[in-house]
Amino acid sequence: MSTLPAKPPHPNLETQRFWDGTAEGRIDLARCDDCGFIPWYPRLMCPDCQSTNMTWETMAGTGTVYTFSITRAGVSRSWKEELPFVVAYVQLTEGPIMMTNVVNCDPDTVFIGMAVQAVFDDTGEGTAIIRFAPASSEG
Amino acid sequence: MSSTQRSLRRTAHIAGAYEHPLREIPDQTVPQIHAQVAAGALADAGLTMADVDAYYAAGDAPGFGALSMADYLGLDCHHLNDTETGGSSYLLHVQQAAQAIAAGDIDVALITLAGKPRTGGAGPGGSARFSSAPEAAFESQFGLGVISGYAMAATRHMHEFGTTSAQLAEIKVAASMHAQHNPNAFLQDVVTVEQVLESRMISDPLHLLDACVVTDGGGALVVVSDAVAKTLDRHTLPVLGTGFGFKGTNSGRVDLTYTGARKSGAAAFVEAGVSPSDINYASIYDSFTITVLVTLEDLGFCEKGQGGEFVLDGALHAPFGKLPFNTDGGGLCNNHPANRGGMTKVIEAVRQLRGEAHAAVQVPDCEIALAHGTGGSMATRMGSATLILGRD
Repeated sequence: MSTLPAKPPHPNLETQRFWDGTAEGRIDLARCDDCGFIPWYPRLMCPDCQSTNMTWETMAGTGTVYTFSITRAGVSRSWKEELPFVVAYVQLTEGPIMMTNVVNCDPDTVFIGMAVQAVFDDTGEGTAIIRFAPASSEG
Repeated sequence: MSSTQRSLRRTAHIAGAYEHPLREIPDQTVPQIHAQVAAGALADAGLTMADVDAYYAAGDAPGFGALSMADYLGLDCHHLNDTETGGSSYLLHVQQAAQAIAAGDIDVALITLAGKPRTGGAGPGGSARFSSAPEAAFESQFGLGVISGYAMAATRHMHEFGTTSAQLAEIKVAASMHAQHNPNAFLQDVVTVEQVLESRMISDPLHLLDACVVTDGGGALVVVSDAVAKTLDRHTLPVLGTGFGFKGTNSGRVDLTYTGARKSGAAAFVEAGVSPSDINYASIYDSFTITVLVTLEDLGFCEKGQGGEFVLDGALHAPFGKLPFNTDGGGLCNNHPANRGGMTKVIEAVRQLRGEAHAAVQVPDCEIALAHGTGGSMATRMGSATLILGRD
């Protein structure tokens, strides 16, 4: 858990399964049965080979920071109290790079290549927002 | 040039260009500003609304976009185009107009941009569509701002290539050197590298002075066929080369070290039959300093990763740097109307080619100019558009 805002997303027919997984503390992504690719964000037709044979799979929830920025100003009201906070792209161990926040650490200690693990911020509506904390932390 | 290579070369000409002189326009509507810049560009070309047979608008056009605005402007045209690629839209519109001219469909194309993010009024049209975008639920939860997206690109560029904040600051310094000569520029004070580095950090590693201005305003262009160009007294400029490039998140294989300019620049140079060393002046989209640095690499003005070195030693300063850029002060200092800097990029390139830039920044014997636009975000998905313009 982090203290950042966890605004409920709007799951749709294509992403409901993903969001259901987040509520239970999992990153479930659809992998293409035909070419093996796991697209991010999740979708039900493979953007590489156009196969619709996609099977949901649970990721390890670990990854590394691809890039990040410490935001210190210039945000909307709901984020002002959170300053400074870290926006990042994290590469999951399985490959996909996803936008997220790095939380539960001093923003100035974040670096590219840092090992992180997923934490799940409950939205209160049957979904959770996926963020990442240093791998050594308890999340 | 091989016979199979597409070429619009010299079939289309920019005949009119107009930038709204104000940067705060509290007492007019967005449609009014569209109308003013349309009239300005047509007057510049020596044409009237009645001559327009094609109208182009992007996401800043309110309501039904080109349909609403063509009606508001009182146009009687047979060609409308609403292609929306953010800040690069207007350069893409020039390409599309050139294609329609080459196809014989149209003779006089009008392209307009207007908006007033500074004093209020509607944001860019189309924003209501963002909430239903397939990516929305996966990118709207993290406090991402426009600047933090570009900041993430800057962080990665620094990591891979050793680019520094001081190098990025050189880009702002060059823009400010030029803006001091533009009486309409929103920011007219020259700044130093130290001032950029000491300005407030907004989103590491980008400071306040790494970011463009937020201004009301607008601009318009008139693109005409060869036949029409010959009838005009105004100095018209041939469109030598055009290119567009889409770059997205690649389904999760994110690489923030390059932009769609790789594609758009390559296509424009091939079509024009020139190379980066032939460019006398360049308008480079400057939403942030990092946007310029990466774009210079992607357009081929230097090798990938060498942008930080390239911008040193006054390289971007007019009139005698190795690549004078954004001589109006660019989006960093002059104007970024409606949060979309593509239109003003073309307009300043037109001034340079006509010899109508401010005397202090006019590039001597400017014969070939490049204008480049970036739309969307370098952090996610973008449309890049490049124009190469000549002088008859």
